[in-house]
Amino acid sequence: MGSFINASIGKKFLVSISGLFLISFLAVHLTVNLFLLAGQESYNLVAHFMATDRVISFLEPMLAVGFLLHIAYSVILTISNQKARPQKFAEVDTSRSSSWPSQNMFVLGGLILAFLVLHLSNFWYVMQFGEMDYIMYDGIAVKDAYTLVTGKFVIWYHVLAYVAGAVFLGFHLLHGFQSSFLTLGLYNKKWRRRLEIIGILYTIFIAAGFSLIPLYFLIGHYAG
Amino acid sequence: MEFKLKIWRQKDARSQGRFVDYSITGVTGNMSFLEMLDYLNKTLIEKGDDPVAYEHDCREGICGSCALYINGRAHGPADEIATCEVRMRLFKDGETIVVEPWRAKSFPVIKDLIADRQALDKIMQAGGFISVNAGSAPEANSIPVSRESADDAFDAAICIGCGACVAACKNSSAMLFVAAKVSHLALLPQGRKEARKRALAMVAKMDELGFGSCTNTTACETECPKGISMTHIARLNREFLLSGFQT
Repeated sequence: MGSFINASIGKKFLVSISGLFLISFLAVHLTVNLFLLAGQESYNLVAHFMATDRVISFLEPMLAVGFLLHIAYSVILTISNQKARPQKFAEVDTSRSSSWPSQNMFVLGGLILAFLVLHLSNFWYVMQFGEMDYIMYDGIAVKDAYTLVTGKFVIWYHVLAYVAGAVFLGFHLLHGFQSSFLTLGLYNKKWRRRLEIIGILYTIFIAAGFSLIPLYFLIGHYAG
Repeated sequence: MEFKLKIWRQKDARSQGRFVDYSITGVTGNMSFLEMLDYLNKTLIEKGDDPVAYEHDCREGICGSCALYINGRAHGPADEIATCEVRMRLFKDGETIVVEPWRAKSFPVIKDLIADRQALDKIMQAGGFISVNAGSAPEANSIPVSRESADDAFDAAICIGCGACVAACKNSSAMLFVAAKVSHLALLPQGRKEARKRALAMVAKMDELGFGSCTNTTACETECPKGISMTHIARLNREFLLSGFQT
């Protein structure tokens, strides 16, 4: 185990597998968000389910572990990669050889982390520890998460932050999706193009989904 | 044609290097990049200056000796050719051309444009071989190899070990080189037996020698003079990740 985790590919494996776990979480998260469009009751009930379901309660700390592994090993690998070229080239032209996101995954990851701190303090912290209004549905008191979320989505700078977060995430996924499979070795001549296309489609689904929902509420607010 | 050259000059491994500007005239488009440097060196020698040191051998893209980082790209402006195959017609007349050696912690510059690439040999010594009793040459068809395996193995075996992958990589990773060697041997029955052990040993040596890790940017694949594919890196990852299940 020691030789596995000490090897670069072992560390990459952890970044990749935690990345795929986070990628699958994004689909669940966006699906929940889509209930915002179905109205207050639907969204609140789904949010209530997410807060109380046993499987979800088990997965929530796993998600935190996933984030920590992904961030910790990315930092460790990036530091050793920076040391691998003490004297930089005077001129570097990667315009033909690699995509911009692939060259800037660490920076994009940092921007996503900054967004995540904002996002958790806006919603997660308030829902867990803050003062929330309750609404009764069929005799069950449910936190009014809908009002909390849509209250933020009518303020332009909050919406701007959420759209920016979705764009950073989109660029990160554009490389991260297919790169995760390559690191796991699940990649060959036949699957290369397929993974590229699936990755692009998934990125569009996630980035467009997460940015269009706040924009929908903002436009709705100003359009009356 | 005429060019302005910015060439990295460094006396020896211990000295601090710097760029020196040269102007060169009378270059023809059919000259190779190395012939252009020879032409420059002729004028430098005639003036009593120290000629620019660079590595070369076959000058037909198969030995992997020539290794120049030209205008921000390993082996210069064209794809799938080595520095020796770069012709001056690929540049615009009057252009400024920046020439540097490979730069990586594992490839120390020892003079001007020459980087010491022995680290790649050390990786080979760690596992880039098959353990057989070397006797007389065996009968060619005694070990059957499928056409597909032979072709795929050959696609990896054409690696000339020039180190362009390391230079092109933002992390100075030698993954494409290691992947080509591991793939080449893993695809053939003679090398299959030790494939996972080999992957483990070569990756450990690569890490130990200070090469970075691969972040799958594909820069190496584009800059590789032999066009070695990222799919070999995927195979190396498979061999490595399954090495714990070696039977």
